[in-house]
Amino acid sequence: MAHIIDIDGLDGLIASLKAEFDVIGPIVRDGLIRYGPIGSVADLPRGWTDVQEGGSYRLEPGNTEALFGFVLGPDSGKTNLFPPRAPMWTYREGSFSATPDSTRPMAIIGLRACDLAAIAIQDEVLLNGPYVDSHYAARRSQLFIVAVNCTTFATNCFCTSMNTGPRLESGFDLGLTEVLDDHHFVVHVGSEAGASFLAGLDQRQATSDELAEADQLIDITANSITKRLDTTDIAQFLADNLESPRWSAIAERCLACTNCTAACPTCFCTSPVDTTDFDGSAARERVWDSCFSLDYSYMGGDPVRSSGSSRYRQWMTHKLGTWIEQFGTSGCVGCGRCITWCPVGIDITEEMAAMRAEVLAKEAR
Amino acid sequence: MKPRLAVLKFASCDGCQLSLLDAEDELLAIAGAVDIAYFPEASREYLDGPYDVTLIEGSVTTEHDRNRLRQIRQDTAMLVSIGACATAGGVQALKNFGNVDDFVSLVYATPDYISTLSTSTPISDHVRVDFELRGCPINKHQLVELIAALLVGRKPNIPTYSVCVECKARGNPCVMVAHGTPCLGPITQAGCGAICPAYNRGCYGCFGPSESPNTDSLESWWQSLGVGDDEWIRTLRTFNAGAPPFVEAGAKTEARR
Ligand code: SF4
Ligand code: SF4
Ligand code: SF4
Repeated sequence: MAHIIDIDGLDGLIASLKAEFDVIGPIVRDGLIRYGPIGSVADLPRGWTDVQEGGSYRLEPGNTEALFGFVLGPDSGKTNLFPPRAPMWTYREGSFSATPDSTRPMAIIGLRACDLAAIAIQDEVLLNGPYVDSHYAARRSQLFIVAVNCTTFATNCFCTSMNTGPRLESGFDLGLTEVLDDHHFVVHVGSEAGASFLAGLDQRQATSDELAEADQLIDITANSITKRLDTTDIAQFLADNLESPRWSAIAERCLACTNCTAACPTCFCTSPVDTTDFDGSAARERVWDSCFSLDYSYMGGDPVRSSGSSRYRQWMTHKLGTWIEQFGTSGCVGCGRCITWCPVGIDITEEMAAMRAEVLAKEAR
Repeated sequence: MKPRLAVLKFASCDGCQLSLLDAEDELLAIAGAVDIAYFPEASREYLDGPYDVTLIEGSVTTEHDRNRLRQIRQDTAMLVSIGACATAGGVQALKNFGNVDDFVSLVYATPDYISTLSTSTPISDHVRVDFELRGCPINKHQLVELIAALLVGRKPNIPTYSVCVECKARGNPCVMVAHGTPCLGPITQAGCGAICPAYNRGCYGCFGPSESPNTDSLESWWQSLGVGDDEWIRTLRTFNAGAPPFVEAGAKTEARR
């Protein structure tokens, strides 16, 4: 069962969410789409679209009035749920005190299917293991999600290969499909909280034609995505090819800059950073780190992964292979952010395909 | 007894020492925790060594400085070089790429009065250095962090990874990806807090080469953004012109031209 709201309805939703949450949504800032505080529909990136290539992102005027006519910026759920720095504890005069998360409950509007898949993966890592990240848990437990079905896609999207999109399946409170004819939204309810917010809006039931029309838009998106990642036996394939010459070829281009891990919505590596002050107090912060930084593998006097190739290999084999053994799913949701935001355009799908092709060529010999 | 601190300079502009005075919020706490024994920029009281910690700004450009530096090394337990001049030779290391006599005869009315080495070199080329703080100028938060760490004997949190890490932590968009602006961030050591990308400009490389700078890859990407060989070489040869990875990268491009 689904419902219909118009743009005023969406505005009403934002207004009612504001009473209980800090409302965060897509906005145009610095020439790109970020997630930031929004107050009304007027703040959304109406009419904008994004054009993405390996190492390139451009925001351009689209040819519609769509509010969600863009695909993905660098931000994802992680931006707000697992921010780059978080205070862990402080020490003063002989006693430690944990620093609890102090953010207000958040409602995030505009997350896509791959973003929800990424949140589910971070849940597995940060909530469902033996050690719960209390800051993530605090933000996550109070989160309200208004997700959006993708009715457009970017060249770097490959969610269809990872079974994570473009259609919303679960993990949202309300799920929207934007339909431009007679500009409206088809709304799917994903939770009781979602249902009660929807009930307060000016809405009506969707007809079967309206549902079919919205569904077709998503199908068209799914069928238009051409980027592929072949996941057949991928963990084993990578384990069998740890000495592939491809790793060094990638390292010739890789800057070890960490942009891929920063943009990736599932990457979760952090380091504790301890500081002391002149008054004898001390503090610890949890700070994003990356398998591309040398210090991250520093052990017993040296970094274990000193070469660029070993660092890229660590990233890709974990993301696509050993993650499956460790957490039961791939660490990649096919959002393409690491490709767009790599300053030199390294493409994880191309590298994977090249490695498979090299192996096939070797076998044929 | 409080640790004794000395702050002094070689060939430099004084900007890095001023970062200490600029640390207004922490200055009183620092002055309370250490005995500032020698700091001509700040005080007329000059106390003799030995010192526990000496912060040195500036590069070595004269024979006289070279000898003075050896004496300072003997007088201090811990020697920390601060800033691009002390850690890479500074912008004056541009003279390493030319003929110093040519410069001297162009600049000075009476070249005979000038006694200078043919190069500008970092402190670590001459004596053992215990720690280096990068930057032109250094970042005052890094300086305060270094002093706080030294006082309790812990490792300072001075990362050697690239500016990109700070850029993402700050929430900047990548100016290279989003605007096509050439940026040295991927090969430059963090420390500034990614100020330039925060103002939609590319990084200028003030903090010198990062821990594993892939200059070749960045150079070819810059070429695709329309940057020519001359501009690439000029970009490498600024405040950290003398840093070996930048020297080598520039020489490679020159050899290819
Ligand atoms: S690895 Fe790349 S494509 Fe996959 S989820 Fe991370 S950023 Fe997205
Ligand atoms: S793959 Fe790209 S984004 Fe990732 S570390 Fe290498 S150069 Fe940076
Ligand atoms: S703007 Fe520069 S420093 Fe920031 S991520 Fe891009 S390349 Fe790195």
